[in-house]
Amino acid sequence: MSTPNETLEEILDLAARHFDVSRDTLAPDDDFFAKLRIDSLKALELLSRLEGHFGVELPDWEMQGVTDFRTLSERIHARR
Amino acid sequence: MLEYRGDTLSWSVEDHVVRVELHRAPANEIGSEMLDDLERLAGALPALEERARALVLYSSLPAGFCAGADLRELWRRGETLPASERVAGVREFLERIHAVLNRLDDSSLTTIAALHGMVFGGGFELALACDVLVADKLARFCFPELRLGLIPGFGGIPRLERDVGNAVVRDLLLTGRSLNAKRAHEVGLVSQLVGEGQALPAALATAAQTTKFDAGTATAAKRFAKPVPYERLAEEIDVFCELLARPAVEEGLRRFVNSADPLPYLP
Repeated sequence: MSTPNETLEEILDLAARHFDVSRDTLAPDDDFFAKLRIDSLKALELLSRLEGHFGVELPDWEMQGVTDFRTLSERIHARR
Repeated sequence: MLEYRGDTLSWSVEDHVVRVELHRAPANEIGSEMLDDLERLAGALPALEERARALVLYSSLPAGFCAGADLRELWRRGETLPASERVAGVREFLERIHAVLNRLDDSSLTTIAALHGMVFGGGFELALACDVLVADKLARFCFPELRLGLIPGFGGIPRLERDVGNAVVRDLLLTGRSLNAKRAHEVGLVSQLVGEGQALPAALATAAQTTKFDAGTATAAKRFAKPVPYERLAEEIDVFCELLARPAVEEGLRRFVNSADPLPYLP
């Protein structure tokens, strides 16, 4: 079982890899919409990738209002 | 008409397989133009069924298969009308789309939906009219209608009831949540789960396989295994129209259509 910090690091790695941005430019409290330059459609794609990677399901209402990597990681960690 | 190139969809026949491509940006929303083209497809099915054995339905747009009904267009068409006339206009639209989907559902062709990205609302209902669903791992399935105070209106509930257990139907309808492709595969909605970008090649390979079997036997097997639930489909239109007439729905739709978000149906 990963720690919350390991989950966060995995999310940042995955986001950098799939949205073609340098991992060094991503920080836990960044707004991922702004930092990854994604719209709500791409955010849905990110959600699918994260669910696949971590083997979890995140109901849509748990994602409402979530914009930073840290909160995203907390929600995923709670479902693991 | 064995080949057609429209503004919202196109089709052609190759190796006894009809390829139907949806291409109305941004996300194949089903409005009056798409409905006209879908009716052309339904009208062409008798000729296509003479020439082909399978049909593959897919989207060439990156956003996904289909985001569902073009609620903005439907709303604007009825905005200035009294409530009763607005409901009558929506009922007419629903009866037309039901006729198309019922014809597709009942086609003698083996119909395969190749799915990626958004498979939402009416897009999900379009896919459910097909015999076999092939999805890439990033496809997402959702019935967001309850968020607007409505139920799915393009035949989604009766077809979902036909295909999966009632607990899955309730989960999708009553929570409005989106399911990822893996989960959709696990619950039996999706027949084949494939890698990113592989839904169309997998669907075409499946279609090629189906052309090897006796056409009459395949049609008999399909009609026995997948009866069209006409009675429940007609009931769904009635319930949808009853709900549509309520002020709460009108307000929900008004908020939806006035949203600045280009893809407001997303969670």
